[in-house]
Amino acid sequence: MKVLIIGAGIIGAACARSLARRGATVTVVDRGAVASGTSAACEGNLLVSDKAPGVELELAKYSLELWGSLRDELAAEIGTAFASIEYERKGGVVVASDEPGAEALARFADSQRLAGVDARQLSATEARVLEPELSASIASAVYYPEDAQVQPTIATEALLASARAAGAQVVADTSVTGALRERDGRLVGVTTSNGSIAADHVIVAAGPWSGDVARSLGATLYVGPRKGLLLVMARMPQRIWHKVYDTSYVGAVQSDERDLQTSTVIESTASGTVLIGSSRQNVGFDGSIDVAVLREMAAKAIRLMPFLRDASVIRAYGGFRPFSRDHLPVIGPDPDVAGLWYATGHEGAGIGLALGTAELLAATLVGESPRLSLDPFAPGRASLRGTA
Amino acid sequence: MSPRLVPASDDPIGPGATTPITILVNGDPVDGVLGQTLAGVLLASDTLSWRTTPLSGRRRGAFCGIGVCFDCLVVVNGQRDVRACQRRARAGDVVEFHLAPAPPRSDRGE
Amino acid sequence: MSEVVVIGAGPAGLAAALAARAAGSRVVVLDASDYVGGQYWRHLPPERPARHESLLHHGWSRFQSLREALEGDSGCEVVTSANVWAIDRGRIHVLVGEADGVDRETRVYEPDALVLATGAFDRVLPVPGWDLPGVFSAGGAQALAKGERVAVGKRVAVAGSGPFLLPVAESLVHAGSGVVGVYEASHAARLARQWTTRPWELLATSAKTLELARYASTLARHRIPYVTGHAVTAIEGSERVESVTVSAVDGSWRPIAGSERSLEVDAVCLGHGFTPRLELAIAAGCRLTKDRFVDVDDEQRTSVASVFAAGEITGIGGVDLALVEGSLAGHVAAGGRLSDPAMRRLRLRRHALSQFAQRLGRAHGIGQNWTTWLTDETIVCRCEDVTLARLRAATDSTRSSGLRSLKLLTRAGLGPCQGRVCGRSVEAILGRVSDSRSADSSITDRRPIAVPIRLGELAAVERPGSVVE
Repeated sequence: MKVLIIGAGIIGAACARSLARRGATVTVVDRGAVASGTSAACEGNLLVSDKAPGVELELAKYSLELWGSLRDELAAEIGTAFASIEYERKGGVVVASDEPGAEALARFADSQRLAGVDARQLSATEARVLEPELSASIASAVYYPEDAQVQPTIATEALLASARAAGAQVVADTSVTGALRERDGRLVGVTTSNGSIAADHVIVAAGPWSGDVARSLGATLYVGPRKGLLLVMARMPQRIWHKVYDTSYVGAVQSDERDLQTSTVIESTASGTVLIGSSRQNVGFDGSIDVAVLREMAAKAIRLMPFLRDASVIRAYGGFRPFSRDHLPVIGPDPDVAGLWYATGHEGAGIGLALGTAELLAATLVGESPRLSLDPFAPGRASLRGTA
Repeated sequence: MSPRLVPASDDPIGPGATTPITILVNGDPVDGVLGQTLAGVLLASDTLSWRTTPLSGRRRGAFCGIGVCFDCLVVVNGQRDVRACQRRARAGDVVEFHLAPAPPRSDRGE
Repeated sequence: MSEVVVIGAGPAGLAAALAARAAGSRVVVLDASDYVGGQYWRHLPPERPARHESLLHHGWSRFQSLREALEGDSGCEVVTSANVWAIDRGRIHVLVGEADGVDRETRVYEPDALVLATGAFDRVLPVPGWDLPGVFSAGGAQALAKGERVAVGKRVAVAGSGPFLLPVAESLVHAGSGVVGVYEASHAARLARQWTTRPWELLATSAKTLELARYASTLARHRIPYVTGHAVTAIEGSERVESVTVSAVDGSWRPIAGSERSLEVDAVCLGHGFTPRLELAIAAGCRLTKDRFVDVDDEQRTSVASVFAAGEITGIGGVDLALVEGSLAGHVAAGGRLSDPAMRRLRLRRHALSQFAQRLGRAHGIGQNWTTWLTDETIVCRCEDVTLARLRAATDSTRSSGLRSLKLLTRAGLGPCQGRVCGRSVEAILGRVSDSRSADSSITDRRPIAVPIRLGELAAVERPGSVVE
């Protein structure tokens, strides 16, 4: 079976590995370099804490399980000389800053516990034992020991290296320009800026650009960009131990607002820097760095952790999340074009959901039964339609 | 001994009067004059390096001299990440050297 | 009356400010240093007066008159210690206060026109041992000599490429250092070809030629050898510089085996040309040339409306060209015309000077095989201790073509200097110099936060920049 994957980000890389290890002949094509889009402009979150009970949470739990064993598998597949993917099961601390927020957070955590998430209610004092730099004014917190993190770019490169070791090919700097179709309409490959590539199945894993790629193949997919900015602080002695975020982050992830939203996410990275997020804006592919947005993020981060006031910001960067209107990923076959598949629309959770997404799709393609049903993620679902 | 301050008596440009200041470097008093940068004070007091790199602990001091390379970072009055070549010394400044933080963490399970 | 903001108070910026005033605009000059003059006229602070400071400088009287004209002019506000940390949709974000301070004054300017004159800094190629204490960039050693009266060593080797090595050697001599030699990697034949095949181009730049002759006589007087076709290819020492290896290099800068000799030194100054400071131009949206300078037209206009550029960020040309470009940029930014009679002479002069600069650039351009003097253990990224071996291992294991991804894999260029020092060397080593197909091409120079800022300062509410009354 020949499979072409469009997009060499984390989703494409994970799909390539899952399929190549099942014996498929895999080609990954990207118009730029490996991990040059969303996967290089994000924090590498592997979270259960921000997900309400439901199919996405189930996918997240499955993915987290896969991430947990990936390091050892990669060591066998590509050796230990490869740069570390910096997998760290650091845990998440979600902070409520006032009483109404605390009640909403407690209810949310209760519902997650029923769905099997390890969510531990903390008083303000207990929260400051886990995170001593938290503001004295917080109301309460919930601790999620299962939340983890990886370095997303290295993880993407490592997954692709593993896929290559299993026979996959990666073709960079090559744009997909159109579809190769059979008479009955079935997709049998694509034309590119460097000639055509035949395939039995084509998977679009082009993140926020997936809608554009689908269009170039004669299909319709409602996935588009949602911009986010991040601040990088200078390396400092470690003072932040978990992924720390405020309750508004959960609201922002689930929101439909087109206007700017910011919510605080703070964490230290394996290299000693501190990342501060986050913002969400539906402004198309305008990648400019908006100081007013950075200002709001900075002010909120200081409210949560006052010591950050005197820390140095050394970089800001922006990226685009693949946005779907109902906040669920899009995984499965195109409803109209046979041979065309999607693995996209994960918004801010793509790193975390990548391994599960890839396993479910690869299993479906080779005729195994996937561990979770793909039906809720069907590309043809009605709740996806509309402007992306 | 090098580097060193050009001795005023030998300096062809004919330096005028200066105002002495003292700063504390890792707790020890170091003399300088008003108008020097912290890097100027350190170099003139025969300190060639004052930072170690966070990963392998290699010594660093002034390199570019114009605020571009960030090799010369020091802690000043409790504030980290101050470029010594850009910051003017003030009497009583408390300067500490950036010590390398712990080695980077990676792949740490729970 | 229109308002022009000039960023950078070196020769180009000062000339731009003066010309914009003459053409009738109010002017605000912003510079990160505590005093105007830029790197070229880096000088002692007022707390350290000296009767004959002009001995250390070229064109000192020109600087004095520029400074006095601007500082005595109520239509011009010169703001020093002013760090422009972002430009965002025409808004210029500034912090005013001591370098890397906290709670500095925040300002935002939205002028009618902007002149970028942010200059350049030394490009220093990695050399084994170049991160030892006692190794300085050539410009750094000069800045310490002129701005601090610090001599970096007693026995100093100066090496690299370009005419700038000569004034650096002169500054060292004036600070009492012994210079064991000036090692110019380019070959005499290449230098001679570019310097004499078009002698008419020298006519308009005779002052420059005289200046070069003066350096030559300084070197001769102090018996300092000027050695072409040679490079410092290794620097040795345990905790600091103790010696250098000087090698003959071929035309591509590949060291010639067997030519090495060791010299005992206590300091080394390296400069292999200059890198323009492009982050603000990129933030403003200015298009770059394929050589990665700011693209400007005859009027010094960038690709962005009402944004002008002058001096080294438009091409390395030296002080005279910077002054001329600055004058033209300031004049047009203030609404003047290029056809105005006063501009005619400047335009002719710009033409002659830029021809001369291009010849210098060709003569002293970096040889492509400089990387052969690196060893596996050579540090390439000083901030993050990234060695050549680690960079190569990353490309080998990923076969990746993405600069961004390779930087994240190795952390090269992600430390405090944000790739200012190593960025272009990393590109050269990875073999990815300005691949125009890839979105990566300008990533090394793109720094939306142009200089570090405290989070509390970022969070603070900005005041509109004061407008000159």
